[in-house]
Amino acid sequence: MTPDPKTGLLRFDNVTVGFDDETKTLDGISFEVHERETRILLGAAGSGKTVLLKTAIGLIRPLSGRVWLLGEDITEMPEGQLFDLRRRAGMLFQESALFDSMTVAQNVAYPLLNQKTNRMPRDKMEPAVREALRFVELEQTMDQRPSELSGGMRRRVAIARAVVTKPPLLFYDSPTAGLDPITAHTIMALILKERDVDNTTALVVTHRYQDGNLVANFRYNPDSGRLDPAGKQGTNTVFMVLREGRLIFEGNQAALEASTDSYVSKFVKRPAARDAA
Amino acid sequence: MLDLLKAPIQAVQDFYELTGRAFRNVFRNPHYLDDIKLQMDTIGVGSIPIVLLTGFFSGAVMALQMGRSLQDYGQTGRVGSFVSIILVRELGPVLTAVMVAGRNSSGIASELGSMKVTEQIDAMRALGTDPVQKLVTPRMIATALMLPCLTVIDDFIGMLGGWLIATFVYALPSLQYWSTTWRALVWNDVAQGLLKPFIFSFAISLIGCFYGLRTSGGTQGVGRSTTQAVVAADVTIFIVDLFITKIYVSATSS
Repeated sequence: MTPDPKTGLLRFDNVTVGFDDETKTLDGISFEVHERETRILLGAAGSGKTVLLKTAIGLIRPLSGRVWLLGEDITEMPEGQLFDLRRRAGMLFQESALFDSMTVAQNVAYPLLNQKTNRMPRDKMEPAVREALRFVELEQTMDQRPSELSGGMRRRVAIARAVVTKPPLLFYDSPTAGLDPITAHTIMALILKERDVDNTTALVVTHRYQDGNLVANFRYNPDSGRLDPAGKQGTNTVFMVLREGRLIFEGNQAALEASTDSYVSKFVKRPAARDAA
Repeated sequence: MLDLLKAPIQAVQDFYELTGRAFRNVFRNPHYLDDIKLQMDTIGVGSIPIVLLTGFFSGAVMALQMGRSLQDYGQTGRVGSFVSIILVRELGPVLTAVMVAGRNSSGIASELGSMKVTEQIDAMRALGTDPVQKLVTPRMIATALMLPCLTVIDDFIGMLGGWLIATFVYALPSLQYWSTTWRALVWNDVAQGLLKPFIFSFAISLIGCFYGLRTSGGTQGVGRSTTQAVVAADVTIFIVDLFITKIYVSATSS
C-alpha cells in the first residue's frame, strides 16, 4: 500500500496517537493530501488539530497506523533522516515559535544558515531573506527582535521563515487564532498568495470557517495584489472536520454545507461568512 | 514501589541518551562554530568577574587560616606551599566549577527551558535542524574549553590573595612566598588541577541542557528546571571530585 509519490504528499493510514489506549488524542485517522491541493482542517479547541500536524512532520510518533510524508514512510524513521525530510516541508506554529534571541532577519535566515542541505553562501542569503520578508511585506523590520513586533507581524515573519526555502508542502497551525478580523484576513491573504504564486500544497488547521471559505472561493491576483473571487474555475480545496480525535467529515465545500451532522453544521452555519472577504 | 523507581531510572536513561548524542555530534557535520564562539564568550569570558572575586577571597582566607595554624609550629613561612597545593589540587577546580555551575547551568537550563515551553525547540526540529547539534553540543564544547582556563585564572588570583595576606598580615618576604608556592607544585598537581575542571565541565553543561530540554509546564516549569539543574550540577561536581581524587591518590601513592 505505498502511496503514489507523485500525487500523495502526505498520507495518514489509520493513525492513532495518544499516551495509552484509553486517552487517544487521535483515533484512526486516514486521509491523503494530493499535490496542489489545500486541505482545511476544522475542529474545536482540543480536538487534536495541532497533534495531527505534529504527527504529520514526525514531531509526535503514532501509537499505531502509518504516516507518509513526501512519499516516504516516516512512522519509524530515525530522527536524523527526518531532519532531511522536514526541510522540504514548511511549518507555521500556532504561537509563531520565532527564536527570540535572534533578529527577524536571522530568524528568516535560520533555515538557510543551519540546514545541512539548504546551506547557502552568505552573499546569496541576504537577497533570499529580503525576498521572503518582502513576500510578507515586512522588509522594514529586518533588524528588529520578534518581541518588538505585534502578534500578527510575528506570524507573518514565521510565514516568511517557513517559505524561505520554497518547500512544496506547507503546514499552518491555526494561523488566525487570537487575531483581530483585519489581521486575520491579512494572514489568510498571505496563505492564498503563497498557494497561487508558488503553487504549493498546504494543510491549514483552523477553527474559523470563514478562513476555509476564503481559501476555497478566492484567488490571489498578482497584478492588483488583492484577492479576487475564484469564479467557476474554483480552487482545489478539501475540507475535513475533526471531532475529539476522530475525522467526522471529508469533502468539498458544497458537501460540507449540506452536511446534516450537528457538529459539522455548528462550524458552517455562518451565512455572513461568505461576504467576509 | 517499582512505579516509584520508574521516573528516576527513565531520567537517567534520557540523560545518557542526551550525553551520547551530544558527544556523537562533536564528530558530525554540521558544526555550528558561531554558536561555539558565542557560548565561549558567555560561559567563559562572562564568568571571569565572578571567578576573580571568589578566587581572590578564597585564597586570602585560606592563607589567613593556614597562617594561624602554622604559627603554632613556627612554620608561617610555608603558607605559600599550602595555599598553592590546596588551590591547584582542590579548591580552585571545585570552587570555579561550583560558581560556573551556579551561573551557567542555571542560565542554560532557563534559556533552553523557555525555548522548550514556547515551542522553539519543536520549531528547530520542524525546520530540519537537530536541537542537540545546535544547542547542546556547542555549550558542551564551549564549557569544556573554558572551564580549565577559568580554573587557571582562579588558581593564580587565589595565590595573589594569599600573597597579600602573607605580606601584610604575617609579614613574609614576597620572594619567600612565591618560591614556596612555586616549589610546592609538581606536574601531577597541575595535571589533576586541569583534568578536574575538564570533567566537571560536562556535568555543568549537560545537566543544564538536560533539565532545560525536559522542561514542561510553562514559566513555572522553567523556574523549577533552573533550580534542579544547579542543585544536580553542584552535587555531581562534589561526587565526581571525590572519585577523581581517589583515583589520583591510588595511582600516585604506589
